[in-house]
Amino acid sequence: MSEAQAPETETETEAADTTQRRSAFGRLIRDPQAVITATILVVIVLLGLLAPLLAQHDPNESALSAVNADPGTPGYLLGGDQSGRDIFARLLYSINTSVLSGLIGTSVAVAVGLTFGLIGGYFGGRTRFATEWLFNLIMTFPGLLLLIVLLPVTGGDFRATMLIFGVLLAPGVYRIVRNLTVGARNELYVDAARVSGLSSPRILRRQVMPTVRGPVIISAAFLTGSAIGVQSGLAFLGLGSTEVPSFGAMIADGFRNYYVDPLQFVWPAAFLGVLTSALVLFGNSLRDALAGARPKAQKIAAPSVQAGSPASRGEAGEALVQIEGLSLSYPTPSGGVKEVLSGVSLAIRPGETLGLVGESGSGKSQTAFSVLGLLPPDAVITSGSIRLEGRELLGLRERELIQVRGRAIAYVPQEPMSNLDPSFTIGAQLVEGIRATSGLPRAAAGKRALELLDHVGIPDPKRVFSSYPHQISGGMAQRVLIAGAVASRPRLLIADEPTTALDVTIQAEILDLLRDLQAEMGMAILMVTHNFGVVADICDRIAVMQQGRIVETGEVEAVFRDPQHPYTRMLLDSILDESHVRTDSPVLVAPGAEGPR
Amino acid sequence: MTATAPLLEIDDLRVAFPGRGFRARPIEVLHGVSLTLGEGEVLGLVGESGSGKTTIGRATLGLVAASGGTIRFQGEDITHAGTAQRRALARDIQVVFQDPYSSLNPALTIEDILSEPLIVQGVTARDARARVLGLLDKVELPKDAGQRLPREFSGGQRQRVAIARALAPGPKLIICDEPVSALDLSTQALVLELLMDIQRETGVSYLFISHDLGVVRHVSHRVAVIYQGDIVETGRAATVTSTPDHPYTRRLLLASPVADPVEQRRRREERHRMALLADGGTPAGQQGDPAGEHDDPNQVSGAVAGWPGPAIRPEA
Repeated sequence: MSEAQAPETETETEAADTTQRRSAFGRLIRDPQAVITATILVVIVLLGLLAPLLAQHDPNESALSAVNADPGTPGYLLGGDQSGRDIFARLLYSINTSVLSGLIGTSVAVAVGLTFGLIGGYFGGRTRFATEWLFNLIMTFPGLLLLIVLLPVTGGDFRATMLIFGVLLAPGVYRIVRNLTVGARNELYVDAARVSGLSSPRILRRQVMPTVRGPVIISAAFLTGSAIGVQSGLAFLGLGSTEVPSFGAMIADGFRNYYVDPLQFVWPAAFLGVLTSALVLFGNSLRDALAGARPKAQKIAAPSVQAGSPASRGEAGEALVQIEGLSLSYPTPSGGVKEVLSGVSLAIRPGETLGLVGESGSGKSQTAFSVLGLLPPDAVITSGSIRLEGRELLGLRERELIQVRGRAIAYVPQEPMSNLDPSFTIGAQLVEGIRATSGLPRAAAGKRALELLDHVGIPDPKRVFSSYPHQISGGMAQRVLIAGAVASRPRLLIADEPTTALDVTIQAEILDLLRDLQAEMGMAILMVTHNFGVVADICDRIAVMQQGRIVETGEVEAVFRDPQHPYTRMLLDSILDESHVRTDSPVLVAPGAEGPR
Repeated sequence: MTATAPLLEIDDLRVAFPGRGFRARPIEVLHGVSLTLGEGEVLGLVGESGSGKTTIGRATLGLVAASGGTIRFQGEDITHAGTAQRRALARDIQVVFQDPYSSLNPALTIEDILSEPLIVQGVTARDARARVLGLLDKVELPKDAGQRLPREFSGGQRQRVAIARALAPGPKLIICDEPVSALDLSTQALVLELLMDIQRETGVSYLFISHDLGVVRHVSHRVAVIYQGDIVETGRAATVTSTPDHPYTRRLLLASPVADPVEQRRRREERHRMALLADGGTPAGQQGDPAGEHDDPNQVSGAVAGWPGPAIRPEA
């Protein structure tokens, strides 16, 4: 499956990387949303910082002459409020209050959450239990209410209130950091760091921190917004010092004065709205940039045939499946098109086993999925044709394809476990498949499923029938999937690396099973694999793929004996078989210790 | 009885993992494993999934705790080495993991990844940087690789970085835990060649863990076969991998497909003959050879017990 999602070759990886290498910052400044919101934020903060220069009045200075003054009154750009204070000045100073609130709340939340998250995530056992318990406790506190109750303690100072609010916000950061740290803890690079003798604090700082940094920065943007919101909310309720200019307090004043001058309430509300929404939108851009979310590839069309299929050559009558000149492309994020199959032609004869061999990224799975009609929606078939017994499969509607899939063509995947639904029993999943393809009633389908399980060499079909996938081994699971695939006696079985995830002893058994089933049912098998041993074991013919092209096709014995294409030769030479036995003696660096063997 | 002085001696090593659930009994995955590895030697450790081969490596590295037995490195008991002893050991014992994607920190540049172990060993940042260039050269990566991030490299190139990291402190022993099984066939051959060149050049020892007999045969002087937490056979690579004594090793050998249709057909027939024989020899034998499914250890021993021959070959 991995190949289906990431069809890329070595060279293509490198090409893609040059675009990817652009740093997070580079991506950020190319995002118009980030640039606009960041500019707004900077302007707002600057306005606040320059308040003493820009405003002509102290925010708390009241003048009788300015009571409810109209906007544009000399010295009162936006007018005066009901106490005769300069609205413009109060707005500018309120910015500082909001920014300070956001900074205090966020830094406390990040400092507390990050520290404990790293500790709780990295060290298991009691340490994690203790931190978990502590932060669960904090989460149960009703935030706003607690801040109000604690007003006598904080003395109404918004800075002290925000300090406490920061602690209340910390569990959010803690959870993010803890989860990421637990994840990183299980990564091999942390093991490698431990093997290198790095101390735990150093591992946390050098290895784990970089992976948690991004998400923490993103959440900090949102936390700042919520800290500002809470501070304004408390001020709106009239809690805290009246001396401190604040958007919340201004909105409350404006409300009271609504019938005299509705604009008085609009100014602070607009400022607060712009400030918090800019923060949230900036946070979103930040997430896209840091988390490396690529812009969505432009969807040209659902798997579509762009070019008309070439005229049939007439030889199709002999083949069960005839692929001709199949080219397949994926749109790339940069707007270009990446071709993963370039004119693949392939014939599968009835009853034969064809090995489709290649390295990762060669397009072998893409070819198989094209035949199944199971390509991702952004795949574009640019030319070619796929005919099953003379019938063109490309361009069929999904409803028509369903008639083909699971009946004429069946599929056995690479990862047996991930292709069984863990929440249903084996039996239920088999019965569903059988009923979908054969229309048998439930009881009959159940009986058929048991027969099939027995048929694929499962020792105790009844037990397996009522088991859940996690209760059986990987080899058993593959037998179950094969049972489901052959239920409808398909004419073609597409097996995509069916034994790669299995041990060799089980691989041998599964290959035996496929061989037996083929002899019995006369189906053709398209065996997608990278393993030449598997090809030698089960295949009649072989097709070698390299970078989206078929470079060589032939009878297995002939190709193994005398490969024609240099790539096939190179692959065959890379195989470590019996002739590659190490015979030289152990190397001795310490002289004198050498002895005859 | 090896030709070389023992570098690593594992004696009766037992490892148990806590069982799942409250007060569940621990599950023992290694039941008294003994191995020796000489200086400049490559010991291949072959086994299937769940056999405990990786656990032996991880116990040697101190990543899992031993529940019994001893691990000695150059005569020194390191079974329960503390932090300080481990840090000193880091100079001598290193590791290359299977997964080249998870074994390199995606957020660090190659240079940072490679210089980190050196800096811990007390090398100054500038000297470490100079050494990194030498390491990149040794594993045949371009000089400018240091400034790049792991995601810019292919699987084979990443594995070269992991090898360079292991080589950084100049170790005497590298635990290679399936170092090539995630790689493509042609890449696999190149990385193996690199590992062997380095080994011949520096005389470092490898404990080479793999499920692939072909790979092990290629790099190892001696081979140990592990099955469900027990070493069933140890001996010279050529012997163990061509004329094995233990029935399990024989089964493993016959099950590994060879890239030769004619030879593979012969092997398949021999395997089928053996399976028939096993079925006849043990009444418990079932259709489809469930022995390979690892579901029930008793089943397997039953099937294996049908075979004559000594369980463990005296080391030649």
